[in-house]
Amino acid sequence: MFDLQCDGVTKRFGRLTAVDDVSFDIPSGSFFSILGPSGCGKTTLMRMIAGFERPDAGDIQIKGKSVLSVPPNRRNVKMVFQHLALFPMMNVGENIAYGLRCRGESKAEIARKVAAVLQRIALPDVADKEISQLSGGQKQRIAIARCMVLEPDVLLLDEPLGALDLKLREQMKIELKLLQHQFDTTFLYITHDQSEALVMSDNVAVMNAGRFEQIGSPQELYHTPKSGFVAGFVGDSNRWHGRLTEVSEGLAKVEIEGGGAMVTTLGDRSAKVGASVDVFVRPEAISLDAKDDGNRLEGTVDSLLFNGANSRVLVRTKDGNLVEVGHAIMDNTTAINPGDSVAIGWPHGRGLCFGAAG
Amino acid sequence: MFRSDSQKLTLILLLTPFLLWIFLLIVLPQLGIFYISLREKVGPRQYELGLANYIDFVNEPIYWNTLLRTASFSILVTALALLVGFPIAYYIAKIARKRSRAALFLLCLIPLWVSDLVRAFGWIVLLRETGIISGFLQWTGLISGPVELLYNDVTVVIGLVYTVILFMIVPLVSTLNGMDNALLEAGYNLGGTRLTVLRRIVVPYAMPGIIAGCIIVFMLTAGSYLTPILLGGKNSMWFTEQIYDQFITRYNWESGATFGILLLAFTSLVVWLGLRLSGQNLASTVAKD
Repeated sequence: MFDLQCDGVTKRFGRLTAVDDVSFDIPSGSFFSILGPSGCGKTTLMRMIAGFERPDAGDIQIKGKSVLSVPPNRRNVKMVFQHLALFPMMNVGENIAYGLRCRGESKAEIARKVAAVLQRIALPDVADKEISQLSGGQKQRIAIARCMVLEPDVLLLDEPLGALDLKLREQMKIELKLLQHQFDTTFLYITHDQSEALVMSDNVAVMNAGRFEQIGSPQELYHTPKSGFVAGFVGDSNRWHGRLTEVSEGLAKVEIEGGGAMVTTLGDRSAKVGASVDVFVRPEAISLDAKDDGNRLEGTVDSLLFNGANSRVLVRTKDGNLVEVGHAIMDNTTAINPGDSVAIGWPHGRGLCFGAAG
Repeated sequence: MFRSDSQKLTLILLLTPFLLWIFLLIVLPQLGIFYISLREKVGPRQYELGLANYIDFVNEPIYWNTLLRTASFSILVTALALLVGFPIAYYIAKIARKRSRAALFLLCLIPLWVSDLVRAFGWIVLLRETGIISGFLQWTGLISGPVELLYNDVTVVIGLVYTVILFMIVPLVSTLNGMDNALLEAGYNLGGTRLTVLRRIVVPYAMPGIIAGCIIVFMLTAGSYLTPILLGGKNSMWFTEQIYDQFITRYNWESGATFGILLLAFTSLVVWLGLRLSGQNLASTVAKD
């Protein structure tokens, strides 16, 4: 059973195609993210699902029923806005009760439901507070509660964490995931922040220039991206430009611009020998002690970027490129200093190559 | 030390013209008027302090009837200006595209280019017995003889609404401009109909602007002189006309001053009542970020 299905949804603004033939299905009770750079059309897609825009083509179905002719206030899809859009002239309780009152429920029922939902988001005593008295994280939870009290089929979230500071954002990521489990409702989350999408989602769609590049679990997107855009956008990658010279058994030999060659997995099967390609290699795949039977690059250590378990060594290779090398242990047991000569390397087959765009 | 002294000096220099203006041109004359209103004429050039002028006002129904009529008409004009002005302000602030917004706003300001007097005479040209509208209606055959559209209450109210509506639109546009469109969308998204969103989100949000506009419009209308006199003629029975009569025609300054004070007190009372009824206070209306 799918809570939300989109089939060939297209939206044009003048000559610009904001959303181009997008199709996807979201199973009930899952956390689905749409990840893409700003301007890729993800907000337009969400606004079409909420009913604020009409698609030019395609169909949107909620619980198996087309909602194209249903006005936004009759769709059982609720939305958490980017800046939350809590009503400043109402207090917390009234904000949450707004939707219930629109439905015409009885006073006693409304009071019971508001108290229950505040209990669930662990803010039982805030009903009489004004919105301006709440902290950023509390506002976030109230905005979600205001939607969840209506028991929607799908909850849309439009980059709701964007306005929070980093520490709170990290905290809210976990909290959102927990809330989604607790309410057991389908969440459709829109973000340009790949770590938000990867951490929280069951499935992620990567969107670029109005199209879905790939839909998959976070692990799939990270380890087996299907396009150069996904490989470059999801997670950190080192990137080289080169020419495909040889293909055998899924492995590709690429001659790198500026000298040297590397053997990688061929990411898209359609790339022909002689084509211009991009090679993507994750920093954690590269080690500072190159084995003889793998890809190998000579260079000097440029600088050390300490960031706990995510620490990196920046190596400048002979051809002038900076390469990020994952190096988790930076506790002075291994002596690496800027200026040292090193040989970095990774096994054949790690790394992916895709036909270069354009 | 030096800094705080220079800051003080700046403050004094900046405030002085303002305080002089307030005190010399507003407070002092009003105090003078108030003093005059308390003088009873007991003989030629002989005066005593007393409330005789106020008692005269109470004892003469035509006076307080005129005041009540002026106040109720002003309230009507304010309500009409709000009803007509709100959709215009909403259109300018929320529906019109960004580029046409400034042009529309300017269009609202254009009537101010023409003086009050000339605008009122413009209406007379349109509405009098031999005027354009009367002539047009005769030409189409809808009416057989000339019709006098001036000198009735409807014309006065329409003329007043036309004169003051701008002062309703400006504060409304500026409050509505500050409203995030997401609030409207959230209102619909959570299940609200157009009416619910208007009633529970737009109007409460615009309340400070509505109150500010209503106060300005009400005060302007109650204190207006030209429009009711020119469009309503002798029948308009506007309170400012009474004041003018007392001061100029009858040369009874004591009575005129009394009327002036009463108009000020009465309109202030109406504004205070309006604020109480709408649950707003002056501070939140004026000092809105």
